Amino acid sequence: MDFETFVFYSFGAILVASGLRVVTARNPVHAALALVLAFFTAAGLWILLEAEFLAITLVLVYVGAVMVLFLFVVMMLDLNLTKLREGFWSYLPVAVAVAAIMGFEMVTVLYGRSFGSQAVAEPAGYSNTKALGSLLYTQYLYPFEVAAVILLVAIVAAIALTMRHRKDTKYQNPASQVAVRRQDRVRMVKMKATPRAAALESKE
Amino acid sequence: MLTISHYLILAAILFCISVLGIFLNRRNVIILLMSIELMLLAVNLNFITFSHYLNDMAGQVFVFFILTVAAAEAAIGLAILVVLFRNLKTIDVDELDQLRG
Repeated sequence: MDFETFVFYSFGAILVASGLRVVTARNPVHAALALVLAFFTAAGLWILLEAEFLAITLVLVYVGAVMVLFLFVVMMLDLNLTKLREGFWSYLPVAVAVAAIMGFEMVTVLYGRSFGSQAVAEPAGYSNTKALGSLLYTQYLYPFEVAAVILLVAIVAAIALTMRHRKDTKYQNPASQVAVRRQDRVRMVKMKATPRAAALESKE
Repeated sequence: MLTISHYLILAAILFCISVLGIFLNRRNVIILLMSIELMLLAVNLNFITFSHYLNDMAGQVFVFFILTVAAAEAAIGLAILVVLFRNLKTIDVDELDQLRG
């Protein structure tokens, strides 16, 4: 067994184990952390497949941003875990049956097939990032820009969904502060003058 | 020697695990979202495997777009989840019967 095969099998075992942990964990925080491990291991497998740019992107974007967002939300919500776990064991037999049958079918279809594959070693000085970039900015430029717009829409939608206006918030309005006039603020009051001695006497 | 079917079978197993997760955690929306992420990871692994073994960069470009859309999906899904929790005080799927469907 050469080194590449060893790396594949060990990473594959870690990936499957962490995937199982994601779906069976009692605490959603543990599930999120197992998912981080799964993404990281998958990035290792992608490097084995010579897709370096996407592997680094997976670590940076998924482990760095998306999973941290998941962790934020999981920790922010005060969940009733026992109620959410209800029915876990009653669903287990049918779930395992469906997953096992699906897995069996896919493995029988895929086992030993080559799909006309002939991996050719890349020439020296080949850069995966450069190849991907030159494709993205020429042939796939329009989808690339659409993807950027999708991200913008996601930002706007996420903020618009979660923003709320509290009714009891106090805030300043600088425009009306600047536009204020003297007669709005100062009121001239005319009072009858009283002699000082008389005022002191009435106080006592 | 690693062949294409090694990677494809690993991705298939990962996909089945996430199907299992969707069945098991039918009530917990957060774990459902995580299972969907795991499913997308399996699909991406398939794309990259074919891209590597067929010497076609288009697969990796596709994975790039899947990552983009999946990140947007996760952000919006979690925002919806937060709004849901704020209104209902729970994320139990069985409680989501406001539309009387």
